[in-house]
Amino acid sequence: MQYTQTQIKDLEDKAKQIRRLIIQMLAKAGSGHPGGSLSSADLITALYFTVLKHNPKEPNWPNRDRFHMSKGHCCPLWYAVLAESGYFPIEKLWSLRQLGSMLQGHPDRHTPGVEAASGSLGQGLSVALGMSLAANIDKKDYRVYCLMGDGEIQEGNIWEAAMASSHYKCDNLCGILDYNGFQIDGKTKDIMNLEPLTDKWQAFGWYVIEIDGHNMRDILSAYSQANTIKSKPTIIIAHTIKGKGVSFMENVLDFHGRAPTKEEEERALKELR
Amino acid sequence: MEQLYQRDIYGQTLVELGKQNKDIVVLDADLSGSTRTSIFAKEFPERFFNFGVAEQNMMATACGLASCGKTVFVSTFAIFAAGRAWDQVRNSVCYNNFDIKIVATHAGITVGPDGASHQALEDIALMRVIPNMNIIVPCDGPQTRDAVLTAANTSGPFYIRLGRPRVATIENKGEFKLGKAQVLTEGADVTIAACGIMVAEAFVAAKNLLSQGIKARVINIHTIRPLDSAAILKAAKETKGIIVCEEHTVIGGLSSSIDEVVAENHPTKIIRIGIKNRFGQSGEPSELLKEYNLRSQDIEKAALSIVS
Repeated sequence: MQYTQTQIKDLEDKAKQIRRLIIQMLAKAGSGHPGGSLSSADLITALYFTVLKHNPKEPNWPNRDRFHMSKGHCCPLWYAVLAESGYFPIEKLWSLRQLGSMLQGHPDRHTPGVEAASGSLGQGLSVALGMSLAANIDKKDYRVYCLMGDGEIQEGNIWEAAMASSHYKCDNLCGILDYNGFQIDGKTKDIMNLEPLTDKWQAFGWYVIEIDGHNMRDILSAYSQANTIKSKPTIIIAHTIKGKGVSFMENVLDFHGRAPTKEEEERALKELR
Repeated sequence: MEQLYQRDIYGQTLVELGKQNKDIVVLDADLSGSTRTSIFAKEFPERFFNFGVAEQNMMATACGLASCGKTVFVSTFAIFAAGRAWDQVRNSVCYNNFDIKIVATHAGITVGPDGASHQALEDIALMRVIPNMNIIVPCDGPQTRDAVLTAANTSGPFYIRLGRPRVATIENKGEFKLGKAQVLTEGADVTIAACGIMVAEAFVAAKNLLSQGIKARVINIHTIRPLDSAAILKAAKETKGIIVCEEHTVIGGLSSSIDEVVAENHPTKIIRIGIKNRFGQSGEPSELLKEYNLRSQDIEKAALSIVS
């Protein structure tokens, strides 16, 4: 599918708006994870506003495409796209991480549009696999998307799910890997090397698409291509920049799990204008 | 007396459910022959998934299926269901409060010759601390069917604990109701509260005690959560003490459940018959029950110490 320059520009603007919401939400909450939310913002913005078949007015529409955020700590991104899509009012975002809020520090089913809880890393690809198998049982043609973090795939459960997804030929399943190269303790290559990553996923029976995770055309074309792959699951390995979009957060480890201060929020929002 | 494998009944009941409800899905992790989910697999291959030796993936996959409206039965040995996949049970099953029914077989010491690594003696404790989880430990074959049907027809997560060997069927238990203990013999001298295979042992002990003029009240606590506190407090008030019997560590399981209710409301003498902070070992089930003091004789001794 070809996208016009205007469509691409609109999506880029939308991603910028999502990034602004992430920054504002985290600054207000005073804690949370900006780095990975920003690095996967383009991927998930493109998904929700162009690719995903869903209906925010009817979150439980049986034929909806499913999205599951396995790296649950990046839920500020999820909450922002859900609010922008119309699942709930934008003002709700300012309650992130507060007592009694429907926007918990890690996702759970109190949030409209969230299918299942996440946060304990490594379980999400299995959850997505379950959704994919349910589609097959019910002979429905919805697709299932699962966002994973790069540090997260050090969990053994991910590889159990990877093996099972190709065993069951889940071609309605599309993994999205936010490969920003950082985890809490440092660079993934120093903490627990993931390479050769493409080889690993291919060896587990997956079709691999490698892209620049900040190029909207690349992202959209990867989603379209994934849709054409038969009898095996697809993973989009997206090379991204942790903290993307805010210069002083880019590739800065500190912002994996630290919210911006008031002053940092102002600087960040200036850059995201 | 009729002797049945609880696992056989489980497999047969799954088929019964599968015929009634197209949303019943069954998962196993390379033990379908032993857990008897193979019976369902044969009947409904399109609704059965084997995950190989990967219990964590199986448990979290159940979550995805349940999110799409399926009632998912998940089976493997108790040691793996409750132990290996605990985090998945907590975060993917119970936190979501999904319709996932874990039916774990080969629980307890009577797994026998396989030894300690395969004898789940902690599973009730592990499951009991997680919010939303219902726990049933059926005492025999017919009660296994009751438990499985109840789990299928009650929303939310369940943990059903089954054993490996054949078990004697206990007659005249009365109606099965989730969270409602069954008083099997009336008595005001002493109470014997038991679950699983220990109910049969309690029954024998009560019979022998009766010949010595001691009237024991045998209660089958088939549901550990939600616990029938009323039946326990009634026993605490009306009898001289409670002997709690379980094929499980005395820490965290049925004993602890009863201790908590009694200590908070009506303290009384409690004697715990169970595994006392030890691992299991290889041996025939009957040898192990003797070695770990889990026989009717042990219950009788405890009863005598309470009434004397």
